Amino acid sequence: MRNLPGFWIPKDVSWEKFTKQGTQGTMFARGLKRKSAEDGEDVEGGLAGAQAMPSYSLQRQSLLDMSLVKLQLCHMLVEPNLCRSVLIANTVRQIQEEMAQDGTWRVVAPQAAGRAPLDRLVSTDILCRSVREQEGERPAPDAGDGHTPDLVPGLATVPSAQALRNPQSSLWEVDSSRENRGGFQKSLDQIFETLENKTSGSVEELFADVDSSYYDLDAVLTGMVGSTQSGHGSGLQAFSPATAAPPSSSCRSDLGELDHAVEILVET
Amino acid sequence: MKRGSHPGCRPALGCCQGPRRDQLQLLHSPRGSVVRWRGQSCDSQQDALLAGIGVLTQDTLWCFSQVKGTIEIGATEADIISTVEFNHTGELLATGDKGGRVVIFQREQESKNQVHRRGEYNVYSTFQSHEPEFDYLKSLEIEEKINKIRWLPQQNAAYFLLSTNDKTVKLWKVSERDKRPEGYNLKDEEGRLRDPATITTLRVPVLRPMDLMVEATPRRVFANAHTYHINSISVNSDYETYMSADDLRINLWNFEITNQSFNIVDIKPANMEELTEVITAAEFHPHHCNSFVYSSSKGTIRLCDMRASALCDRHSKFFEEPEDPSNRSFFSEIISSISDVKFSHSGRYIMTRDYLTVKVWDLNMENRPIETYQVHDYLRSKLCSLYENDCIFDKFECVWNGSDSVIMTGSYNNFFRMFDRNTKRDVTLEASRENSKPRAILKPRKVCVGGKRRKDEISVDSLDFSKKILHTAWHPSENIIAVAATNNLYIFQDKVN
Repeated sequence: MRNLPGFWIPKDVSWEKFTKQGTQGTMFARGLKRKSAEDGEDVEGGLAGAQAMPSYSLQRQSLLDMSLVKLQLCHMLVEPNLCRSVLIANTVRQIQEEMAQDGTWRVVAPQAAGRAPLDRLVSTDILCRSVREQEGERPAPDAGDGHTPDLVPGLATVPSAQALRNPQSSLWEVDSSRENRGGFQKSLDQIFETLENKTSGSVEELFADVDSSYYDLDAVLTGMVGSTQSGHGSGLQAFSPATAAPPSSSCRSDLGELDHAVEILVET
Repeated sequence: MKRGSHPGCRPALGCCQGPRRDQLQLLHSPRGSVVRWRGQSCDSQQDALLAGIGVLTQDTLWCFSQVKGTIEIGATEADIISTVEFNHTGELLATGDKGGRVVIFQREQESKNQVHRRGEYNVYSTFQSHEPEFDYLKSLEIEEKINKIRWLPQQNAAYFLLSTNDKTVKLWKVSERDKRPEGYNLKDEEGRLRDPATITTLRVPVLRPMDLMVEATPRRVFANAHTYHINSISVNSDYETYMSADDLRINLWNFEITNQSFNIVDIKPANMEELTEVITAAEFHPHHCNSFVYSSSKGTIRLCDMRASALCDRHSKFFEEPEDPSNRSFFSEIISSISDVKFSHSGRYIMTRDYLTVKVWDLNMENRPIETYQVHDYLRSKLCSLYENDCIFDKFECVWNGSDSVIMTGSYNNFFRMFDRNTKRDVTLEASRENSKPRAILKPRKVCVGGKRRKDEISVDSLDFSKKILHTAWHPSENIIAVAATNNLYIFQDKVN
């Protein structure tokens, strides 16, 4: 998307990753199943209650994805509605705040109501970047933050990114929940796949990888666990899950692929 | 009257004949008892049923009066009505559409022949108010859609209204001409100049009657004052000034001066990246020319006094309801965004519309509204879907009736809702072609939220979210309402007995 004068760009949302890829598609395919977040209120008529409800973090992640797409999908001819953009951007920030909180507190069942104030907002840029970090860190899960500077040599970094490495990085690994089929490029594709039309088949395929080790202590220590409990409070409503299964520890990423993808992003 | 309690009652047959057996029947059904007029055909029977209910409950009964606009489904987008407004006497009804046109309807004089029909609204004038423009600097189109129309009070034979699109406000004069001068000396009948040498006599031009012509002329164009999209205009009670509000600023204009305006509110942050709140609506107080309110996307209302300072960034009063923590979700802020704010005619109250509710606030109490009405709370569990399809950003308007006792707002599926503030009763009605027989009483509609759906109810999932009623208007003194349903304008009146 071109940065035209007069277009309001919300703070903390980085656009580079969206410019080159096709973002013409609609947000979520109609074919995706919709789940009610609470109480099995399947009033939509015959939705598959048999399938496991996506976890709160997955729902939240897909809401974040949806919001990011909305922010940048705009009619190029007419100036986009500023009120709508502001409201969506605020929603994005809210999600990020909560994600940051979850990371700093504990990984299981965060508080349903009453959020403690967070002194720092974490940028979406970090969120997306940390997906790559996670991919990169897979070969050495205990390496922790050491990888961070190496992974993103050429990217324009958000200044607060480095500062927010430590406590929040586990958060991103917790919540990004990307299926690892080999590397960075793949996870990027996944992001855009999310944003375009997706068949329900692929969603099921992604969910097939849900692992009970998700909740193991080991997984927690390696920062690979996600938050539990669907129907977890805050009234997050039903919507179609579009993101994939939690990380599987068996995958390794290829740093060569990673560099290649970074080059694309940096648009050199 | 209870079953079996009066002579002639035959409950086994499902009905009984009351004492006035030649006229009324009392029907017993599992849902209760209703009155009906006996011997009537099915259609009018239902009307009579409703009338009976109305009589019993003393509710206002609304009847279909007219519908304007095309019937076919493939109507162009330019015909979508984007604003509706009665003038101060109710004699005129103006609509603006997405194509930049304004259509004004005038109420015909009530005739003695048709006592049962109150004056109908017929087209009085149509004109193109705004044209699409292109902003070359930003490479953006400026839509010609009419966002708001506001009438000026009538001060002479002509009518004046303000109409605005996203960037430019225009003052239009609508006047009638039914006489034309004839007999000029220097011009002939076609208007061509005559050679003065050929003029041998002089005559006095006279006015002769002609066919009534209504012409609209743009008298003022107030342009280039808004960087962002204008969402509101409001005429001041001094009738000399008005304000126009966009997402971040409010400007005060004098009607006579088009090349200058005063900026009275500016919430633009120094760094646009820190923007988190925008102005969504603004209105002048109906009586105090120094006061106005504006609402925000965070669900707050600010009352400002222009006497306090030139720039009214600091409010005199700040209205905000504390958030209900049990209802908190990621969508809380979006649904709290106020889409419309209206002063009551008395000037004592303001009404605000957010996505799910209408609230009435007392100007003297800032910490919470005095009344809250649920418009379509059944949508609360569907917010994510509504977010996905962008319906959650729909901006519904709200209106007061002339006496400030009833408020009205629109919903989806061409439903609109009325709330009686005194009786606390509410009703859901539908603007549809099916209910469009002359003087047909509108049947109350009901949305079923779960469990068993009754015969006349409609389930939440069957609602048509493309049929939304965003714009409605209420006659200033009578029970006549105008409801804009996409490209059709419905006019309903209360039942005349």
